[in-house]
Amino acid sequence: MNAVDLLFYFFATLSVGGGLLMIISRHPVPAALFMIISLVSVAALFVLLEAFFLAILQVLVYAGAVMVLFLFIIMLMDVGPDGGKVSRIKLISGLAGCLSFGILVVLLLQFSGIGNAEPGNWQEIQNTEPVNGDSLLFSTSMKNFGYGLFTKYMLPIQVAGFLLLASMVGVIVLSKKSITSGGIK
Amino acid sequence: MAKTVVLQRKPLSLSERTYLPQIVTGLKTTFSNMFKEKVTLQYPEEKPIIPKNYRGVPTLVKDPNGREKCVSCQLCEFVCPPKAIRITPGSVPEGDEEREHVEKAPQEFEINMLRCIYCGYCQEVCPEEAIYLQDEYSSSGYTREEMINNKEKLYELGGTLPDSHYKWDQKKTAEDQGNGH
Amino acid sequence: MFDFDMLLMVGLKFLFALLMIGAVMTMAGYSVLAERKVSAWMQGRVGPNRTVLPMIGHIPFVGKFLQGLGMFQPLADGLKFLFKEEMIPGHVNKFYYNLAPIVALVPALTTMTVLPFGEFFAEDGRTIPLMLANLEVGILFVLAVSSLGVYGIVLAGWSSNSKYPFLGGIRSSAQMISYELAMGLSLLPIFLWVSEPGTGALGLSLVDIVNSQNDRAWLLLVQPLSALIFLIALFAETNRLPFDMPESETDLVGGFHTEYGGFKFGIFFVAEYAHIVVGSAIFTIIFLGGWHFLPWIADPWPATWVGTLLGIGWFLAKTIFLIFFFIWVRWTIPRFRYDQVMNLGWTKLLPLALINLIFYVLLVTWLDQPTT
Repeated sequence: MNAVDLLFYFFATLSVGGGLLMIISRHPVPAALFMIISLVSVAALFVLLEAFFLAILQVLVYAGAVMVLFLFIIMLMDVGPDGGKVSRIKLISGLAGCLSFGILVVLLLQFSGIGNAEPGNWQEIQNTEPVNGDSLLFSTSMKNFGYGLFTKYMLPIQVAGFLLLASMVGVIVLSKKSITSGGIK
Repeated sequence: MAKTVVLQRKPLSLSERTYLPQIVTGLKTTFSNMFKEKVTLQYPEEKPIIPKNYRGVPTLVKDPNGREKCVSCQLCEFVCPPKAIRITPGSVPEGDEEREHVEKAPQEFEINMLRCIYCGYCQEVCPEEAIYLQDEYSSSGYTREEMINNKEKLYELGGTLPDSHYKWDQKKTAEDQGNGH
Repeated sequence: MFDFDMLLMVGLKFLFALLMIGAVMTMAGYSVLAERKVSAWMQGRVGPNRTVLPMIGHIPFVGKFLQGLGMFQPLADGLKFLFKEEMIPGHVNKFYYNLAPIVALVPALTTMTVLPFGEFFAEDGRTIPLMLANLEVGILFVLAVSSLGVYGIVLAGWSSNSKYPFLGGIRSSAQMISYELAMGLSLLPIFLWVSEPGTGALGLSLVDIVNSQNDRAWLLLVQPLSALIFLIALFAETNRLPFDMPESETDLVGGFHTEYGGFKFGIFFVAEYAHIVVGSAIFTIIFLGGWHFLPWIADPWPATWVGTLLGIGWFLAKTIFLIFFFIWVRWTIPRFRYDQVMNLGWTKLLPLALINLIFYVLLVTWLDQPTT
């Protein structure tokens, strides 16, 4: 076990533990903070994989912007420990949770190829020849991300962008409507 | 009747709407202010100029011949709004031939500077022009007792002021000319 | 497990990091002094000029001069914070209340790991940038980590359990989200411009940005609009005066640090000024040519250690001027109202940054056309 492994176990524990504490904690503000811890340690895991760009995006987008919004909303609504009421659809949400966890496990077992390759043998995976003669070697540099996103994955990116735009327009329409119906006209 | 004219405000130009030229103007003003002469008075080293009619700490003064002017009439004690003045009346000490058995003098004269409000009524009411609010403005002490000015301290602070009446001199000349009491 | 070389490297990095922290914290401390001095001068006053150290103060001419400049004041201020009683109000959430100042300070000090501040000319002709870690995505790192700084303010506001800090925290988070967008968008054209084909720039590296301004125009002159938007967003992100919503003294008492006193308040204070120092350094790196001399003029100093020192000095001079500019603006412009801040951020700066981006995309595309 070397230093990188130690760091991996440290941050892995932190991210899983943070996630767990986020679900458990009663008050929403600490829950949000645990989620930040979890997200930042996932970013640290990306750093250990030498995916700096991904790690920084993780911090910038999730920890830096999304969670600030979450905290902002939680604080603005002033949700107390009893704010999140026990929902009526507890059974349904429980079932959905179990189902998605099961699917996750099955997918992991299916695609991770446990038993096929030595786990943690990162160097070997990196050095393998790219499949179907792609001239661009896999790397974590930003240029590769950009190139991949705007050539191979052009359609998915456009679709994702369109979805985000639609949701944004939807939010604007909804919030506008509530103001005018409120009597301001 | 004056006719009200509503002046139409000119619409802001493009550069005015960015506010940037105005901000630059403001920055210029503050920058030029940096090099102007400072107004700060370095206090303990530099003292402010005290105007003539300043109402500082009340003090007792002597006349140019070094005599006590106060006759302990206790008018100041009476008029003092915060009751800061305490006078123990007494007589002029033995040996002062001119004034012995003629006038009274304070045996003790205390002004409590924790009570004094510097109103100047004592100075105004004093018939003998013996108490003055002079230019002393800084009085401090560690205990309450220290802040009570006794007679000695009051005369030390007051010193001698020029006197235009020369009460005792006039009295003496009058006596010499034969129309005394 | 560890070999000696690695241990040595880690030790050296640790030492450099300590030195860097020392430098930035000293600059932050002296920025506080500069704030007091400059504000005094602008208001016709003298500012702090009484503090004196026993030995140095008695050097005939220099001691008096230093005392007049208030050079010993930061020391006295720091000691005062250190020896003050640590008051914890009864109504606060103790754990988060104690955590908040640390959360505020750590991002402010972490951003400087990727700040290049000079270059070292090695004997074999290479130039090595002086910085703690040369990240390919340096500027994104700065943006990401500095965006974490808001948590200190939000936590302080929330854990204080009192109205004014709470309002300060809410305002701060809204303001940060609003201006981060404009800030990021204003930087995109810079990287488009710098990484045009043929320059050999790698991408978002801060060193490449500085070197692209060597004996060429500063990016301030190439992209004035980007610089303006970035500067305004920088003021908003560092909570400096036209935008100091979170702590606006007049309407929120002290904002998020109303309930804080003693050393914890001191940490908030230093964190704010560390943000300003780092922000000024970043503006210098991106728009003012970093350690390179003037636009269009090659560095006049030789490529030896003298040049290294002069370069660092020149970089520091620019940074200090920007810190002065921050202070200068603070004592010139009054505070915005909260809705004006939001209005400026969302309806003025953001569209402007988008237009700026599109304009430069078109311009760079046009310039990059292969000349047939």
